[in-house]
Amino acid sequence: MSNEYQIVVCGSIVPDPLQTLEPVSGPDGPSLRNEMMLPAVLDPWASHALYEAAHLAKNTPGSKVWLVSLGPKAKLQQVMMTVAQKVPFELIALDGPASGFAEAAEVATVLAEAIAAIPGLDRSKLLLFGGWESASRGAGVTMQMVAERLGILDQFQGVDELKVLPGGALEILERVEGGKQQVSRCAGPPALLGWATGNLPEPRNNPQVGMANMRTVMPALQKAKPVKLAAAGVSFASVALPKQLRETRIVKDKSPDEIAREIFEWIKR
Amino acid sequence: METILLLINTEADGSLAKPAFEALGAAKALRAGLPEAKLAVGLVGQTVQSGADQIGACGADAFLGVAGADFASPRYASDAAAAEALVKAAQATLIIAPATARWNRVLPGVAQRLGGRADTHVTGLSAASGAITINRWYYRQRMEASLQRTHRPWFILLDPGSQSAWQGAAATASVRILPVTLSEACQRTTVVGVRELAADAQTIRPDADLLLVAGAGWTKKQADGQTHVKEAEELILGCLKLARASLGSSKSLVDLGGEGQAVLSFLTHLNQIGQTGSTPRHPKGLATCCHGEEPHTVGWRFINERRAISLDPNCGWARGKADVLYVADAFAVLARLNQLLAAAS
Ligand SMILES: Cc1cc2nc3c(=O)[nH]c(=O)nc-3n(C[C@H](O)[C@H](O)[C@H](O)COP(=O)(O)OP(=O)(O)OC[C@H]3O[C@@H](n4cnc5c(N)ncnc54)[C@H](O)[C@@H]3O)c2cc1C
Repeated sequence: MSNEYQIVVCGSIVPDPLQTLEPVSGPDGPSLRNEMMLPAVLDPWASHALYEAAHLAKNTPGSKVWLVSLGPKAKLQQVMMTVAQKVPFELIALDGPASGFAEAAEVATVLAEAIAAIPGLDRSKLLLFGGWESASRGAGVTMQMVAERLGILDQFQGVDELKVLPGGALEILERVEGGKQQVSRCAGPPALLGWATGNLPEPRNNPQVGMANMRTVMPALQKAKPVKLAAAGVSFASVALPKQLRETRIVKDKSPDEIAREIFEWIKR
Repeated sequence: METILLLINTEADGSLAKPAFEALGAAKALRAGLPEAKLAVGLVGQTVQSGADQIGACGADAFLGVAGADFASPRYASDAAAAEALVKAAQATLIIAPATARWNRVLPGVAQRLGGRADTHVTGLSAASGAITINRWYYRQRMEASLQRTHRPWFILLDPGSQSAWQGAAATASVRILPVTLSEACQRTTVVGVRELAADAQTIRPDADLLLVAGAGWTKKQADGQTHVKEAEELILGCLKLARASLGSSKSLVDLGGEGQAVLSFLTHLNQIGQTGSTPRHPKGLATCCHGEEPHTVGWRFINERRAISLDPNCGWARGKADVLYVADAFAVLARLNQLLAAAS
């Protein structure tokens, strides 16, 4: 039995976490000030999913990785310049908002349609990957909805490890409460894995991979389908930065002994 | 008119865990704000009666259950089937559940199945003159939004620790058990178990009063030009044990492990707090050897009292994030602190 996988990774872009973010509200709902000017990165947990997908594909000959990404085309292009250097994949680009305020259910509809339209997609080989939460919406809602739309009933979230067992079953480690991990075995694809950090370091840039990827990345960006989301039925009453700025007391000239005592009293209080 | 369904699960011993009581507290407050609304409780688990009895006096209009060995462990396909049956039986328009790993995994998919919407990590829920408003954070706890939806059913998952728990006497609840049979397609996954460290090696303790956060500074060259990783390990583990604290880590520190540098052997990515880590809830937090840039400090969003020890007086913590910043050598302070804690225990 051939056990190659078709791995579809969903991942969009988010503002570089080191940027200062400020919400603004407009006629289409909330967004970020100067959103189009902020430098962006591939959503961190989705990028772990991408690296894990590439790793699995490399170890399973005949497998292939797609990256499905909904975001403003110009920003996607910028981010892909770096991401394409990391691991081999074929890009499917959708030109639309990557905002944290975009409605998850509507994003899921668009992603599921794009995945269902992949030529030659064989659902019995499909592993749907994504981040377990985005760094924008931070919800962990979209991927489950995509998977439901694709009829996938084996779903895992907060995944830190995937092992293929002899015979083809999948053993999956998911984060649960209290620093514990749940171990499950799934008969095989199709399955959804929403990745947490996993175990792989960020791959180094590889110009050769970059060149090979670019052959599909540029055309994919050119033909990226424009997507409009309606934000039906949701209204934001407010979006605000946390107000409480703390009065930080800076203690500079006390001995370690005095500081330890102060902390001790504080812990015991 | 809204019908509220509280969706909760029983634990392996048949009882309810704290997040279930908190979600019940919130569901009851919501009903109080919605005249005419009905409240049903839906329980899922191996057995549900004793769990239902724990909240038998909560004033719910109905108790429904899906029970059996198939529903003991958290598994998407079976939990989704159970939740779907409960929502349909209750004809629920608003579904309230704790935002635990179990319900976060499954309810967004169930919302999709039933044509609804889902919001997770909700930290506030209120109803005023018939309108329901939720609060949740965006951009990984960097900004807080309040929002409303007209879509039903609306699944609202409440972050554990954000709501006051319902308190009341136990009473026998009359639970209507719904028959749910799982198709073969729902049984392709088996939960094998839970992997956890031995109790004394487990450094993550969600119920601890103190979160101790370790940063990359612990592994850096110190005043004598040397690193002191072994000593750092002993000091941190000593403090965790003596103060019964939970351990958090900065991203930089856990990432060092992947880069082959000497790191603290007991740290994993599960300890990481911050933008790409967790945002735990503890009454107090003590940061040590952290620099405290924005992606790091979002890990402190739900820590009430915050103090930090760093050599750097211009540390990001000085910018209004911590209550107290001690500019000092964390090695020296922790060594003395551990002595004081040991003497007091
Ligand atoms: C995509 C992305 C995601 C990120 N996500 C996260 C995240 O989830 N969590 C997170 O934490 N960070 C995150 N960051 C990184 C974050 O911005 C910081 O770089 C990081 O948190 C800094 O780590 P640190 O404080 O451990 O180390 P450093 O910046 O190396 O700081 C070490 C500190 O230790 C002090 N020190 C050294 N020796 C001593 C001593 N003896 N006593 C006292 N102090 C001492 C130094 O003065 C220094 O301030 C992210 C960054 C990016 C780009």
